[in-house]
Amino acid sequence: MSKSLTIRYFAIFRENAGLGEESVTLDAETAADVFALLKHRHGSGEPLGHCKVAINDVMAEWQDAVADGDTVLLFPPVAGG
Amino acid sequence: MSADRMKISTIAIRPDELRDDLVDAAAGAYTSFEGWIRNVNEGKQVLRLEYESYEPLAITEGQQVIEEAIAKFSVLNARCVHRVGLLEIGECAVWVGVSSGHRDEAFKACRFIIDEIKVRLPIWKKEHYVDGNSDWVNCERCATHGHSHGDLT
Repeated sequence: MSKSLTIRYFAIFRENAGLGEESVTLDAETAADVFALLKHRHGSGEPLGHCKVAINDVMAEWQDAVADGDTVLLFPPVAGG
Repeated sequence: MSADRMKISTIAIRPDELRDDLVDAAAGAYTSFEGWIRNVNEGKQVLRLEYESYEPLAITEGQQVIEEAIAKFSVLNARCVHRVGLLEIGECAVWVGVSSGHRDEAFKACRFIIDEIKVRLPIWKKEHYVDGNSDWVNCERCATHGHSHGDLT
């Protein structure tokens, strides 16, 4: 089922997408589906486990479901410190 | 639970001032860690670093890491500050401070916090090199450079 989602991109994902946020309509059930369907935007060839995701400002797992109206934050591999 | 144990800062970190917040009459030990910007990484001459965070979740996750350390090692107090923005060589990028009854748990908690901060918080760094190039650290394999939108697997 198609869902209206707000997607936020960070760091190299933002640079690859050319924007920090966009509204999309995707046939996605999980956060992992979102990541796969938007590969042409974030450009990542990294294994999913190296990246992180948050849904509506809460850290999430890739298998977590996304719902219509959610904001999905796609995080490339982190590198603090 | 202190709500301000994790901070993201856009201005220079002052470890001496941060240390004062951890002074405690019950503490027999204080340990700290400072991460500094160095001028070389993997053979490349680094000019400066640029840190970016998603602050709401960096704060939430950092707070969680520190609470875990306090519970796990039974230390009295702990705090962390992480810089964002453009940092020059020699600047402090991250500071961790721990006070506790004895040194062993202070060392362990400090190590735990910096190790977890590096892998759990939504913080990214871009290295700017002397030769004019730049790269996101740890992202070398997650995307081709040059803003390609093709299939990269």
